This record gives sequence, C-alpha cells and structure tokens, in this order.
Amino acid sequence: MTAAARPLIDIRQVRKQFRSRSGTFLEALTDTSLAVQAKQFLCIVGPSGCGKSTLLRLIAGLETVSGGTIAIDGVPILGPRRDIGLVFQSPVLLPWRTILKNVLVPAEVLKLDSASAHKRAQDLLQLVGLEGFGDRYPDELSGGMRQRAAIARALMHDPAILLMDEPFGALDALTREAMNFELLRIWQASTKTVVLVTHSIEEALLLSDKVAVFAPRPGFVREVIDVPMARPRTAATRSDPVFIGLAAKLRSYFELGASA
Amino acid sequence: MNPRIAALLERYAPPVLGGILILLAWEFLPTFFHVSRLLLPPPSSVVRSLWLIYDRGLLVENFAVTLAEALLGFTIGSVTAIFFAFIVTRSLIVERTLMPYLVGLQALPKVALAPLIVVWVGIGIESKILIAAIISFFPVLINAIVGFSTVEAEKIDLMRSLVASRWQQFRIVIFPNSLPFIFAGLNVAIVLSITGALVGEFIGADRGLGNLLLQLNFNMDISGMFAVLMVLALLGIVLYALVRFLHVRFVFWAKPDNLRSGPN
Repeated sequence: MTAAARPLIDIRQVRKQFRSRSGTFLEALTDTSLAVQAKQFLCIVGPSGCGKSTLLRLIAGLETVSGGTIAIDGVPILGPRRDIGLVFQSPVLLPWRTILKNVLVPAEVLKLDSASAHKRAQDLLQLVGLEGFGDRYPDELSGGMRQRAAIARALMHDPAILLMDEPFGALDALTREAMNFELLRIWQASTKTVVLVTHSIEEALLLSDKVAVFAPRPGFVREVIDVPMARPRTAATRSDPVFIGLAAKLRSYFELGASA
Repeated sequence: MNPRIAALLERYAPPVLGGILILLAWEFLPTFFHVSRLLLPPPSSVVRSLWLIYDRGLLVENFAVTLAEALLGFTIGSVTAIFFAFIVTRSLIVERTLMPYLVGLQALPKVALAPLIVVWVGIGIESKILIAAIISFFPVLINAIVGFSTVEAEKIDLMRSLVASRWQQFRIVIFPNSLPFIFAGLNVAIVLSITGALVGEFIGADRGLGNLLLQLNFNMDISGMFAVLMVLALLGIVLYALVRFLHVRFVFWAKPDNLRSGPN
C-alpha cells in the first residue's frame, strides 16, 4: 500500500452509537479506521450484525458519525453526496415504474438532460444484461434481474464511488456467482471505486483488491488483507493456491469468535 | 361443455338463480303469510311504480341531481382531504396544530351537522354537496395521512442518497406509494357521499332522490319508495364500481383487496 497516495475514502477512528427504544446506547462501531484508494475494489467481510452496513451508511452520508471522521477526497462528509451510487441489500425498485423508469430515477432527481439520460439508461440495461426488459415492471422480473436493475440505476449518474451492501445476499448461489463476474466485468470497464459489504469470504476474495476484516459488537476493522491475485479473475481463480490460503486465513479470524 | 362457459356458469349461476328465487318468493310468499301488499309490495308492483315514476319525468332529473351532489361532494371532500394530509405530514407545526382538532371532529357524526348546514347554506344543491364533502373528507384524510407516513425506509434512503429535495421525494416515492391507502379511503368515501347527499335531501330539498323518497313516503306510496331504493342501490353500485375501476387502473402494482399494507 503506497502511503504517498491520499485515500479517496478516509475513515478515521469512527464511532457510531444508536439509542435504543429503552433509552440505552448501543455502540455499533468503535474506533473504526479504513482507507480506500481510488479505483480500488475493497470488500468488507464480517458476520451479520457487526456494523458493516452501518459503516457503509456512514460513508454514504445517510447517518452521521458519533465520533471520528470520514472524508472523501479530503473533504469531510456532511451528508449524502451525488458522487456516490448505492446498491442496497434488496433492489428497492419502485413497483409502479417500469424498469427503464426505475433506472432513470437518478437522472430525474439530478435533473439530467432527458434525451441523453434515456440513451444512457438503455446502454446501462444492456450492460447489466437486461436489454429488452426496460418496459417490464419489477414484479415481472426475478430477484437476480431486479438486483441487476438496481446496479444499473446506481450507475446511472456515473458516480465515482459505488457502495454495495450485500447486493447478492438474497440470490441463490448460482445466480450469485454469475453476478460476481458480471460486477467485475462492469467495474473493470470503468474507473470506479467500489466498497462492497459481504459475509461471504469467497465472494470477497474473488472480487477485491483488499479485504477489510470486520470484528463484531462493537464493530471495528480488525485487519486489512491484500488480495494480490491477477486480474481478470475467473472461475479458475478459486483453485489458485493464493486464494485458498487467503480463504483459510480469513476463516480463521471468524472461527476464533469475538476476540478483540 | 365449453370450459369457458362452464366457468361463467359456475360464477354467475348461483347469484342469478338465487336472485330469481328471492324475487319469486318476494312476489308470492307475502300474501301466503298475510303480509299486506301495501307494506311489502311485490316486485311486479315495484317495477310498475318505477315505470310510473319514470314516465312522470321524476326519475331522471332527481337521479342526476343526487348523482351530481354525491360526486361533486366526494371530489371536493377527497381533494381537500389529500391536501390536508399533505400539509399535516410535511410540516410538524401544522401537524401539532391541526391533528387534535381533526381527531376530535372525526369522532363527531357528520350527519349531525346536516341540519345546520342546510340552515346556513339553504335547500339548494350546494348544501348537499357540502354535506357529502364533509362526510367524504375524514376517511380519505386518515388514509392519506397513513399512506404518506408509511413508506419503506429503504425507498426514502434511496431518495436521500441522491440528495433529492423534499418535493422530489414526495412526487417520486411518497405519493405513488400512498395510492393504495388513499384508494382504500376513496372506496369508503364514495358510498358515504351518497349518504351525505341523501341526508341533506331529507332535511331540506326540492329535488333529488332523497326528496322524492320523502314525497312518496308522505303519499304512502310504499311501492314507489321501493322503486327509488332500487335506483339508489344502482347509483351506489355504479359509483363504487367507478372508484374501483380507477383503483385497479392506478394501483396496478398492488392487489386492490390489500387494504392494510402498502405495495409489495
């Protein structure tokens, strides 16, 4: 990791507390630090409920930190930003709009030029493999297709940063595998920075340049591991001894339980 | 037998046959049980009365008047309700100021206001429209408030992540999302609006089906009253079907019978 290059996303000693209904404070994140370089693909891996999603929401500006700082390109985050694209765990498509009109939502909100937005939306649908489905409604599509539409929508306003929160969690294993490679293909064709949250060690290693290991309750980044395997990654990557070694190493962090 | 015809028969034969049976029973049984034909006129008599009323030119105009009162009142009441729901949910100050009074007024039976309104506004069509509007207002208001307040957090997060303005959030997500709730209110309100119009006519009117009903009552024309009741039922069915049609057309993504939960 080059210390000279300033990270695009700079997370320093971030703390996040939530107030529960009974009035007590729940510490979701404590002393969390992470640096994401530009154009990097970074995965955050950890068990459910360890604060990974909270961290992502903090980067997205949907929540504010209780302590510490998050800066994007040197500027502290004050709230949601339009240079970020979000993909949630569920597609969150608007059921009363067609797929095309769903993908166009960012263009509508940001008041982008209509004609070029339309063309771009069509291109994006083609990119994610949904060409011809633009006039269908979300309830006519399968889960995997809806998530692909959500990815197309996240790319609509061409954000520099993509934040994805277990985007393939609700899909079956086969679709998930296919989507992993689709995502790599899409990312490789762009210059975006991606932070993806997952609880799948294999997925994290397949996709990323770096993996941040998240420890739970309260959450913090325990370690960041380099993933030096060559790109483009393929199905054969899984048999790579480096892959297998890293997978075992990652697994060991989680098998030991919640040891701070 | 053709399966489509079989399906149609299966669906419509029972109510049609049942209806015919009831009509036959209604026609012949009352005399059997020594019920006066004056108090419970048989269908044949009702149909004759209906024709007489129509022939005297009393049916069409009165029907149109009551229809107009109900429909206009419904429209005015619903639109006002949606507007109020909008300002109540968009502004905390407005909510705090208005809600206690709205809740209190909701508890008041609106028909109790009808005599007062007729005194204030007169026996013309305006008073009936106003009563119908007031009675339509509350079901739509409550449902619209719930609809505007019940959006999945994820959808709001999506809008927030794009730094959407509050108006954009409303236009793109909150309003469409609330349509199932609003239509639940509209379904209730349309039927109530007929009641409102009728009550107004009972209290003071010179036209309309309710007024006609009272006149027939005064003349002890029970058969005529039955005829008017049937016409009123038809009016109710037509208006309800109209709202239902709009419901299915505009809320195509959620089943119309799913009244309590939102889309998805």
